[in-house]
Amino acid sequence: MLKTTTTIVAFIILAFSVFLFFAGHNNPGGGFIGGLMTAAALLLLYVAFDVKTIKRVLPFNYTTMIAVGMLIAAGTGIASMLGGFPFLTQFDKYVTFPILGKVHLTTALPFDLGVYLVVVGVALLSILTIAEDDA
Amino acid sequence: MLTLSLNISLIIMSLSILVCFIRVVKGPTMSDRVVALDTIGITLIGVIGIVMIIQNTLAYAEVILVIAILAFIGTIALAKFIEGGVIFDRDHN
Repeated sequence: MLKTTTTIVAFIILAFSVFLFFAGHNNPGGGFIGGLMTAAALLLLYVAFDVKTIKRVLPFNYTTMIAVGMLIAAGTGIASMLGGFPFLTQFDKYVTFPILGKVHLTTALPFDLGVYLVVVGVALLSILTIAEDDA
Repeated sequence: MLTLSLNISLIIMSLSILVCFIRVVKGPTMSDRVVALDTIGITLIGVIGIVMIIQNTLAYAEVILVIAILAFIGTIALAKFIEGGVIFDRDHN
């Protein structure tokens, strides 16, 4: 019963976290709360199944995930320096895609992606480290 | 008229939270406290919905979903702790 409910609810929570991540520019939301909701969905999987199974299904190294997130967030700042602008200058542009239509692209989104990855990595790494402690 | 009924329902919901809180404090077993805390979370969702109507805004719509998800996960974790003494199984067999 718990496993059946979890497999359905985890996808709903993951979809909600992606919505929160992309809604952060104009509505409440953003990388932090989106990352926390993704961590909550993965945590639900870890609670319902055992740690070993989920490690096999989701072979993420959360330490690497923190490093990649920090690199993405710092890289968006350094990328604007390469163009001769100050550190972390943000640009935005309206781009028309074939199917999606007019999309407002900003460089704040990759920065938010870095925040998202760091939050997911830190939350799950700390919880799993405590869970695997043999004290 | 709408404001009056919204205020009345807010008062009733806060009384309901108070009753659940008494159950959390007195509850003889741990399961009573867990169920009462879950009910407090669900009632809090209703309170936020009514506050959203009072303030005429949609800004708290995400808060409702976040509280629902967190209450669900917290209750499941506590239930598993009461049942087995451990929240994360190392290996299933």
